[in-house]
Amino acid sequence: MVPEGAVLEARAINAWRGERHILRDVSFTVHAGEFLKVTGPNGVGKTTLLRVVCGLLPAESGEVHWCGRPVRGASDEFHAQLGYLGHPNSLKADLTARENLRFLAGLRQALSDKEIDAALDRCGILSRGDLPSRSLSAGQKRRLALARLLLAEASLWVLDEPVTNLDTAGITLVEELIQEHVQRGGLALAAAHQRLLDHSPNLRRLEMR
Amino acid sequence: MWLWIHKFGSPPHAYRLLGKLAPWFGWPALGLILLATWWGLVKAPADYQQGDAFRILYVHAPSAWMSMFTYVVMAVAAGIGLIWRIKLAHAAAAAAAPIGAAFTFLALVTGSIWGKPMWGTWWVWDARLTSELLLLFLYLGYMALRASFDDPQRADRASAVLAIVGVINVPIIHYSVVWWSTLHQAASVTKLDKPSIALPMLIPLFIMIAGFQLYFGWLICRRLRAEILRRERNASWLKEAN
Amino acid sequence: MRRAAVSAAARLVFTRDLTLAWRRWDEVAQPLIFYVVVTTLFPLATTPDLTELRKIAGGVLWVAALLSSLLALESLFRSDVEDGTMEQWVLSGQPLGWLLLAKVACHWVLTGLPLVVISPIIGTALGLPFDAWGTLIVSLLLGTATLSVLGGIGAALTVGVRRGSVLLSLLVLPLAMPLLIFGSRAVTMAMDGDSPAGPLQLLAAIFFLVLSLGPLAMSAAIRISVES
Repeated sequence: MVPEGAVLEARAINAWRGERHILRDVSFTVHAGEFLKVTGPNGVGKTTLLRVVCGLLPAESGEVHWCGRPVRGASDEFHAQLGYLGHPNSLKADLTARENLRFLAGLRQALSDKEIDAALDRCGILSRGDLPSRSLSAGQKRRLALARLLLAEASLWVLDEPVTNLDTAGITLVEELIQEHVQRGGLALAAAHQRLLDHSPNLRRLEMR
Repeated sequence: MWLWIHKFGSPPHAYRLLGKLAPWFGWPALGLILLATWWGLVKAPADYQQGDAFRILYVHAPSAWMSMFTYVVMAVAAGIGLIWRIKLAHAAAAAAAPIGAAFTFLALVTGSIWGKPMWGTWWVWDARLTSELLLLFLYLGYMALRASFDDPQRADRASAVLAIVGVINVPIIHYSVVWWSTLHQAASVTKLDKPSIALPMLIPLFIMIAGFQLYFGWLICRRLRAEILRRERNASWLKEAN
Repeated sequence: MRRAAVSAAARLVFTRDLTLAWRRWDEVAQPLIFYVVVTTLFPLATTPDLTELRKIAGGVLWVAALLSSLLALESLFRSDVEDGTMEQWVLSGQPLGWLLLAKVACHWVLTGLPLVVISPIIGTALGLPFDAWGTLIVSLLLGTATLSVLGGIGAALTVGVRRGSVLLSLLVLPLAMPLLIFGSRAVTMAMDGDSPAGPLQLLAAIFFLVLSLGPLAMSAAIRISVES
C-alpha cells in the first residue's frame, strides 16, 4: 500500500498569516516508518505548517516533495496518498455515523459495509453507527473522524491535534493507531501539545519556536 | 526573461522604477489632453445636427474606451498574479479597479449629459449606456469582494477569479445588451456608438484617447506605488529607505 | 488501492446532498415559496388586468426566478466549508471541479427544477397563453441551470466572507443579465407568435460555455475559501 521508499520532504518553507511571517525556512524529512511530532506553544504555526504540507495553504516560498517529486502540479496523486485529520471533524450533523463515513471516505475508494463496521469497531463506536452524528459526544465525534482516517487507507497521515476531546482510552487508541500505521511502513506527521507516543522508537520531533 | 520579471517583481525595485516612469506618462498625458481639449472645443467645427452639444463626445468616448480597456488590463494582471503567483500583478489589478470604475462613471455621466440635448431626457436605455452601467456593476462587485476579505492574499486571489470570470462575460453581456436594444429600436432614437463623424472631428478624438491612455499609465504608476507602500509597510527595505 | 472512479465520487456527492435535503426539506422549499410570493407582488403593485400583465409576464417570471435561485445559492457551500467537509473534498484526490459540479447539479434538481415545473401555473395567472408554456419551460431549464453554475462560482468566492448574501447578488446579477435578456425575450417572442429559436439557442450556448468553464472557476474559488 505504501510506495517503496516513500519520503515526505519540506524544503525551506516560508508562510505568512495576514501580516505575520509565521513559518521561516521550516525544513524536515519524514521517511517510511517514521512518526514526526511537531511540538511548540500555541500560535507558533503548527497548524499552518500542516496545512501547507497538505496543500490547503499556499506557501510563500519553499516546496513540499513527496517521494522526491514536488507536490505542486501533481496534487491529486499526492492527495490520494494523504489522510488528513484537521481541527474540525468534517462531519455532517444530520447524517448518521455510517453515512458520514460512506459519503466522505467513499469519495476516495469504494467501501463495503463490512469495512465501515470494522473501522467503527476499531475506534470503539460501532454501537453508535446508526445515530445521527449530532447526538454523539465530542469525543465520539473525534473517534468517528479517526475511523474516516483509517478508511482513507493513506500512506501519509497528517494529524492536527488528534487527541482533542479524547479520554485516556481514546488517547491510547490514537497511539495504537499511529504505531500500527508506522509499523506497516506508513508515514505520520502530527501536531500535538499533549503527550503522545513519547517513548516510541520511531518518534522524531520537530520543535517549533 | 524570468530573472527580469523577478527583479522587477521585487517591491523595492518596482517602487523605484514606477517612480521614475510616472513623469514619462504624466507630462505627455497633460500635454495631449490640453491639446485635444483646445482642438475639440475651439478648433473643430460644430456638428450640423447637434451643434456644440456633440463636443462632450471628446470626454465620453475616451472614457468609455478606457473603462473597457482598464477592465481587460485588470483581468490580465489578475490572471498573471493567479497563475504565476506574482504579487505585484495582484497589486496592479487592485490599483486598476477604482480607476476603471471612475472612467466608467465618467462615461455614464457624460453620456447622460449628452442625452439631455439629444433626446430631451437625462437617461436613455440605449446599448452603450446600459452596458456601461453593467460594467460599473462589475467593477463595484469586484471592489466589494476585494474589500470583504481581511487577508490581502486571499482577497487578491478571490478577486482575480472574479475578474477572469468577468472578462469572459463582458463581451457576452455587451452583445446581449446590443441585441436587446436593437429589438427595442423604437425606444432609442439614435445610437451613440456609431456616430458618423467627419475627419476634422476625429483627429482631436484620437489625440484625446492617446492622452487618456497616458493618463491611465500615470495613474497606475502612482496608485501602484501607493499600493506597494501599503502592502509592504512592515518590510525592512522601507525602514532602510527612511 | 481501490481508487473510487470520478463518476462514483460525483454520485456519492449527489446522493449525500439529496439525503441531507430530505432531512431538511423545509429549507429546500423556501426558495420555491419565495418565487411564488415575489410573482404575486407584481399584479398587486401594478394592475390585476390580465391583458396588461401579459405584457410583462415573461420579464416578471424571469426576474423572480433569478432572485429566488440566487437566494437559494447563498448557502450552497457554507455548511460544507464551515464543518470542514470541504477541505476533505479538496484533499480527496478526486478532481474537485467534478465534485462541486455534482453538488451544484443536485442543488439545481432540488431548487431550480421545481421552480421550472411550477412556472407555467404562475405564468397562467399572469396571463401567459398556453402556446408559450414550452418556451417558458425550455428557457427556464437552461437559464436556471446556467445560473446555478454561475451562482456556484459566486457562492464559492463569498463563502468565507462577512455578509456574503448581498455580495453574492452583487457579483452574480450583472453576470446573469444576458440570461435575463435572452430568457424573457424568448418568452415574449413565443407569446407574440414569433419563433423563439434564436434566443433559446443563445441561452444554450451560454449554458455550455458556463458548464465547461464553471467547474474550473468554482474549484479555484473553493481552494481559496478553505484556506482560512
